[in-house]
Amino acid sequence: MSSFKERADAALADPILKIAVERTAGTAEAKRAVAVDAFPDFEAARDRAAAIKDHVVAHLGAYLEQFEANAVAAGACVHWASTADEACRIVIDICKAAGAKSVARSKSMLGEEIGLPHALAEAGIGRVETDLAEHIIQLADERPSHIIWPAMHKTREQVSALFKAKHRSPHEEETIAAMAESARRELRTQMLGADVGISGANFLIADTGAICTVTNEGNAELSLVPPRVHIVTAGIEKIVPSMPHAIHMLRMLARSATGAALTQYTTFYTGPKRAGDRDGPEEMHIVLVDNGRTKMRAEGLTEMLRCIRCGACMNHCVVFRQIGGHAYGGTYPGPMGSVLTPALDGLKQSRDLPNACTLNGKCQEVCPVRIPLPTLLRGWREKSWREGLEPTSMRWGLGLWAWVARRPALYRLGTGMAVRAMHMLGRKGWISTLPLAGGWTRYRDIPRPAAQTFMAQYKKEERRK
Amino acid sequence: MRTRRVALFVTCLVDLMRPRIGFAAIRALEAAGCEVVVPEGQTCCGQPALNSGDRDHAVALAQQTIAALEPYEAVVVPSGSCAGTIRCHYPELFEHDAAWLPRAQAVAGRTFEIMAWLDEVCGWKPEGVRVDAKATYHDSCSGLRELGIKAQPRRLLKNVEGLSFAPLAGEETCCGFGGTFCVKYPAISNAIVGEKADAIDATGADLLLAGDLGCLMNMAGKLNRKGSKVRAYHAIELIAGMGDGPAIGEEG
Repeated sequence: MSSFKERADAALADPILKIAVERTAGTAEAKRAVAVDAFPDFEAARDRAAAIKDHVVAHLGAYLEQFEANAVAAGACVHWASTADEACRIVIDICKAAGAKSVARSKSMLGEEIGLPHALAEAGIGRVETDLAEHIIQLADERPSHIIWPAMHKTREQVSALFKAKHRSPHEEETIAAMAESARRELRTQMLGADVGISGANFLIADTGAICTVTNEGNAELSLVPPRVHIVTAGIEKIVPSMPHAIHMLRMLARSATGAALTQYTTFYTGPKRAGDRDGPEEMHIVLVDNGRTKMRAEGLTEMLRCIRCGACMNHCVVFRQIGGHAYGGTYPGPMGSVLTPALDGLKQSRDLPNACTLNGKCQEVCPVRIPLPTLLRGWREKSWREGLEPTSMRWGLGLWAWVARRPALYRLGTGMAVRAMHMLGRKGWISTLPLAGGWTRYRDIPRPAAQTFMAQYKKEERRK
Repeated sequence: MRTRRVALFVTCLVDLMRPRIGFAAIRALEAAGCEVVVPEGQTCCGQPALNSGDRDHAVALAQQTIAALEPYEAVVVPSGSCAGTIRCHYPELFEHDAAWLPRAQAVAGRTFEIMAWLDEVCGWKPEGVRVDAKATYHDSCSGLRELGIKAQPRRLLKNVEGLSFAPLAGEETCCGFGGTFCVKYPAISNAIVGEKADAIDATGADLLLAGDLGCLMNMAGKLNRKGSKVRAYHAIELIAGMGDGPAIGEEG
């Protein structure tokens, strides 16, 4: 398995990746800014969104029970899964009981988190990804690199080549419309032939038992309504008390994600087909997944459970914009991923993620639910330090610095000598190589310091007075 | 008007790498009618330890800094990130320490980034200062997002005669310094500062100004490596009338 640094280096060396990420994230950033400017008092709306999430997370059990009761009353089956494996097993069992040979899946990050695509393959169940970007990912046999645009790492030129290689009757004209048409031709028949439709949920509505999906392609509706069985996998933090709360969160979600006022398709599903309904699935199963969420609440990551998966933090992250999503190595990339991945996959394997951040605070500034991402990332750094996971060089370097800095007299002596040594090293005001500072001087110069520290010069001046 | 007695927290980076910024701070503060003291016991605020997860050392350095600074009615810092550490993070560090929390809060409440202090608290503006040049300004992240430093430096710099401004595309975008980040992940940091340096060059400005020496060293070091002619100063150097001296990397 490659390391974070190796993956990041590979990403930095890929000029096409840079173009692809910049096109999509750049557009998202610009559109979000316009949408937020046009929104009356977006700051107050953020406060309200954060308060709604804090409230439900604090009363998670009560709202989930209310949701379960209402969903069951509407005819759905509710299942509870505490781990990823358990969630996958529940889904596979439902598919097997339905005699499913193929499933149509509407994009869900929770599905990725619990490893559902892999579990379906292992169970020998065919899977068609119906979200356009997920379709691209499936054709390329890759993993999503962004939570809203799973194929954001690919340019449209690369996608065109992929479609031509894999579609049965690919597009001829090099236009977006022709490419979309090619995907539509490829996907429609597979979607309509599926036995089971699987989706995530953007929201679970406690007082009605409904689940909500948002898409811009209408693929969720086409994946979930025709099959006989609809399975929902949703994280337990997706709960909101009522429809008005869901609507408020939707307004924040769409604007923060794409800058649109609303997604093209926003659908609420309440139970399976009822007597007299013309269409809809005969069975609806809702799998409520914990997978570490209650543990996060106990471990000081409660605020992370506010996350509505809009992707604004990564779109605005200077690190994400340079390395893209795959380099992070987890299901969720960017700032929110750097908080979630250590919780999901373990800190030992992912200690680089909370460290590979400049703590510039932009992610927190754009987060629609005001998650203090830099604070949470700093918390992981502390844990990593405490558990001895940080590199020895860093521990020694900082330890020595702090030891000296706590002894002001010794500090003045030591810094005075260091500054004099550096002063003698530089030519024409700049130092281009410096022992122990290779990380800096490989890419930039260090200004040559004055011959004496401020403190030394200041004391000399004070004596002169 | 009553004379304000303020403590200058020099910051370790200014102390070591560019003492001129410390002297510029004293000059500007005195011009604004403050009496400046440089407390003896100060070294580093502990920000590198804090941001690396080394909580014990961060706490020890915070205690030392609080003890050194608490006798003064105000503390002024020529850095948004060090001022932000004292103002925003010291109270968090001692959240569960009944003995130190009030002391941390007291010092935090009296600590100011220098340009915010001069502009907002003193209501001062530079007079008779002239620099004939075109400048562009980078908003350092901690100052901008932790302390709201945005309009203050621009208001002060507006009173420097002869100085014109070229807007910097992405002026609020991180330069990739990030303290220890730039040496822990040098390749990513380089990619970020490379774009920043290109954006600075594209302004056609003569001078790059900012309020944090760490970011300035990162950007100026990259500009120099790529052969740019843009010269970099801490904004307080121009504000204090020291903009005719050597820029970063021109000393000695």
